[in-house]
Amino acid sequence: MSRYRIPGKGRVDHAAPVRFSFDGRSYTGLRGDTVASALLANGVHLMGRSFKYHRPRGAVTAGSEEPNALIGTSRGKGRFEPNTRATMQELRAGLVAESQNKWPGLGFDLGAVNDLAYPLFSAGFYYKTFMWPRAFWDRVYEPVIRAAAGLGRAPSEPDPDRYASRYLHADLLVVGAGPAGLAAARAAARAGLRVTLVDEHAEMGGALLSDPGVVIEGRPAWDWLAATLDELRALGVRLMCRTTAIGYYHQNMIGLCERVTDHLDSPPENAPRERLWRVRAARVVLAQGAIEKPLVFDGNDRPGVMLAGAAQTYLHRFGVLVGRRAAVVTAHDSAYFAAFDLADAGVRIAVLVDTRDAPPAALLDQARRRGIEVLAGHSVTATTGRLRIRSVRVNRVRDGQVAGGRAIACDCLLMSGGWTPSLHLFSHTKGSLIWDEAAQTYLPGETIEDCHVAGAGKGLWGYGAVLADGDAAGVAAASALGRAAAGAAPAVAHDRTGSGEALRELPSDLAPSLARAFVDFQNDVTAKDIRLAVREGMKSIEHVKRYTTTGMATDQGKLSNINGLMIAADTLGKAPPQVGLTTFRPPYTPTTFGALAGYHRGSHFELTRKTPIDPWAEEHGAVFEPVAQWRRAWYFPRPGEDMEAAVARECLATRASVGIFDASTLGKIEVAGPDAVEFMNRMYTNPWTKLAPGRTRYGLLLGEDGFIRDDGVIGRLADDLFHVTTTTGGAARVLTMMEDYLQTEWPDLRVWLTSTTEHWAVAALNGPNARKVLEPLVEGLDISADAFPHMSVAECRVAGIPARLFRLSFTGELGFEINVPARHGADLWRALMAAGAPFDICPYGTETMHVLRAEKGFIIVGQDTDGTVTPEDAGLGWAIGKAKPDFVGKRSLSRPDMVAPGRKQLVGLLTEEDDVRLEEGAQIVDDPDQPLPMRMVGHVTSSYRSATLGRSIAMALIENGHSRIGEVVHVPMPGRTHRARITGTAFYDPDGARLKL
Amino acid sequence: MLLIHCPYCDETLPEAEFAYAGEAHIARPADPMATSDEEWRDFLFIRTNAKGPHYERWRHVHGCGRFFNAIRDTVSDRFLMTYKAGEARPALPAKEGAE
Repeated sequence: MSRYRIPGKGRVDHAAPVRFSFDGRSYTGLRGDTVASALLANGVHLMGRSFKYHRPRGAVTAGSEEPNALIGTSRGKGRFEPNTRATMQELRAGLVAESQNKWPGLGFDLGAVNDLAYPLFSAGFYYKTFMWPRAFWDRVYEPVIRAAAGLGRAPSEPDPDRYASRYLHADLLVVGAGPAGLAAARAAARAGLRVTLVDEHAEMGGALLSDPGVVIEGRPAWDWLAATLDELRALGVRLMCRTTAIGYYHQNMIGLCERVTDHLDSPPENAPRERLWRVRAARVVLAQGAIEKPLVFDGNDRPGVMLAGAAQTYLHRFGVLVGRRAAVVTAHDSAYFAAFDLADAGVRIAVLVDTRDAPPAALLDQARRRGIEVLAGHSVTATTGRLRIRSVRVNRVRDGQVAGGRAIACDCLLMSGGWTPSLHLFSHTKGSLIWDEAAQTYLPGETIEDCHVAGAGKGLWGYGAVLADGDAAGVAAASALGRAAAGAAPAVAHDRTGSGEALRELPSDLAPSLARAFVDFQNDVTAKDIRLAVREGMKSIEHVKRYTTTGMATDQGKLSNINGLMIAADTLGKAPPQVGLTTFRPPYTPTTFGALAGYHRGSHFELTRKTPIDPWAEEHGAVFEPVAQWRRAWYFPRPGEDMEAAVARECLATRASVGIFDASTLGKIEVAGPDAVEFMNRMYTNPWTKLAPGRTRYGLLLGEDGFIRDDGVIGRLADDLFHVTTTTGGAARVLTMMEDYLQTEWPDLRVWLTSTTEHWAVAALNGPNARKVLEPLVEGLDISADAFPHMSVAECRVAGIPARLFRLSFTGELGFEINVPARHGADLWRALMAAGAPFDICPYGTETMHVLRAEKGFIIVGQDTDGTVTPEDAGLGWAIGKAKPDFVGKRSLSRPDMVAPGRKQLVGLLTEEDDVRLEEGAQIVDDPDQPLPMRMVGHVTSSYRSATLGRSIAMALIENGHSRIGEVVHVPMPGRTHRARITGTAFYDPDGARLKL
Repeated sequence: MLLIHCPYCDETLPEAEFAYAGEAHIARPADPMATSDEEWRDFLFIRTNAKGPHYERWRHVHGCGRFFNAIRDTVSDRFLMTYKAGEARPALPAKEGAE
């Protein structure tokens, strides 16, 4: 048994030793230990180095608020976690833990020279010290600072663990299973509510676990705890340990993160590591207790200095003595009880320093009986010891005068600056916090959520008060849900009540400029830093926080916020509520990305839509690209071909003979009903009334602001039925827009809209031989040039499959798009490939489709337009039905700015050197020699190498471009600036002769 | 996550089923071509940007697909009521924020 463990004591299993390693050394703890309690049992206080000064640090707390004892934990490849709180990580067999922010070692750390340079590292030193030269910031200062300062290292490998997500509904969620939470859950469950009780620790009980001497309802605290948990289980209460309520969201939704396997020696193969719960509760009781405040004095951060309540927890819960010779310094009664318990366990209490002049007589009596020397009206002004505290310097304070100090030897120093109600979740609800002048702390005010705060979170102290309040909260929750509930406030004997005073820095006789009196341990912020920040003009606590970093990082100021506020307010000469409090935001404690991502990772992060022809494409070596949520065949390389070679071959083959393209992803909407043509007239710019059934038209859709939203070929199948196609990415948007107008502006129209995107598989045949491939497969339709001219649509059978056949072209070649029910898509494709074999039919992908359309100057909405482009800008003025009285966006086309000169217009661009391919997005200038910043007159929207034309082509939006045809502009690109001539957009077959086959 | 009552489904459902659709009760002019530039500008771009109760449109996009109207308090993010599209703009509920 280790020197600091008391045999048989605590809630750990003394018969179950657990081996683990810390910084490569092997240690033994007990089942039920945390890493911190096991290290303390081995006499190890030094657990880490601080953020900025690399000062040696040990555990200050025994809970989730721990700022110092942050460790890296590992369970093999990919399972490394930085910044784990040693005070929360349960011991498991074989746990590998390491300290952080030290080199070469924890005991001797070269970074500790920062501590000697303390006067240099004042508040805001980043802003002051690294001003010059500017270029040094990126290359020298920042990398060096980042390497030297900081917390744990980020894991570098993918996380192999699984994380689960669950929903839960409850009548009542109780957060915190201390005395108040237990009483609330019991009262509500007895009234018949469905109750869930959660606690972040490995077992329930909260403060009761650290105060076994209290007697509740006639039973010792731990017996009462066991009996109460049994009763809750019997009443059907869901009890969840190791579960942190991380955030309180709208309408009583609480996020819980449950740690499922981190405490297990060997996790089951299929168990998730963590589980995120989204709980919707009719009522919530927040019983999160209070967090003990450190005191602020020089050297208050040495290993061995810790909160008095933490020492009490290590003693009772883990059977661990945090030292043999303890000094105590307190501003609150509660530390007396810690001192008494430690004394009763055999610890020598070297001194008990009370900052108050007149501590309660009853406590002084008890101290005297135990032979503890109490120094009331005293201050602590310094500590000594390098890797562990060795002595504390104690001074008498009278009328504000600090007398000379004397050193008292000790191996640990227990401090208590009072208690801060834990109101983080309450604050997430936007609940108001009210400054309580008497208690010198913030207490919960009003909230709009259906929420009760109970117990120490409300500033109550003592088990009787807290249990009664929890019971009342449970009754109130039940009443609010219409359940009669009888209160049963538990009777308490041997209660531990008390109060204290709130302080700033402890008074000292030493020069404040040299004092290392830490307010925020994790960020190495001292009282001096905060006072300096205020003197330098930071008037609000939010400014002080950003300037000094107090309250940041993994503990989010759980220990430091109130001390920081008191010091800032004192410097400003204002009351604390006038200085404010920083905003609490979720999560309450650091939460893994894995838990938040849950199942949404890898292929489950975003869905991948695949067409019925996708398997064929994959089988035939397609390279894919994501388009909206689809994966589309990008190009079909043959052996040895790169992308450019494959695309050139596909383009040439299509223009020379015939190509085949999977167009299934195009959005498709059926517009049906007696008023369908009126609806189309109002939605699209084009006139539809005279479009005969069996004919199609290019449709242009604007927003009400007059800018291009979408386009596509639209076929009229019958008087009352249109087959609308949209861009691949615009399908859902267009349907939403149509539904919006139909439902809310024109509900009188008898029209029905149906998304049919996934109902149809679409193969596009393009090329001079397209008809020769298709014709033998078609039944029930004459597709000769005269009988089925360009822009026709008809129903027929293709390869025996019922089809909607369009004759249209997005390539400038003779083209057909064959729509068949999706389940027949693969059959259709194979039939077309077989029929096309004699013509060397060439499957092509989206890249070739883009090149072929650009050669013809056809736009891609969203690439050649960007939400600021009108039909006239895009050269599509011909698509506007000028005789129509109204359509969506029509009125905007005559707004002053829409007709003003200087608009950017879509034009073609040909580089002077044929083989230069401009970068899409490149800016365009008129004069390349003008001083910086240059005046940019437009940008390149599309740019390709055209195998057909034997040169590069591009499209661009250029100011007044339509009237600048033939002029030369300049395109600066990395390396050099290129000259290019403005042209029309139709680079190939501008008269459309090839469509007339 | 908010809970939203769909007045068509008559069910209160999670926010994830719904999509926001801008301010409510901004009717498209019956004859847009008869509006002045200023009137049309206001219709297109000028919104209340209310602090407090805000009349706004939502769509039960992953449910019945219907657009409907709501009054939501932009300070508390509470829905005060929802109602069907086309219904007249209701007065504010008398006991706003009360249980």
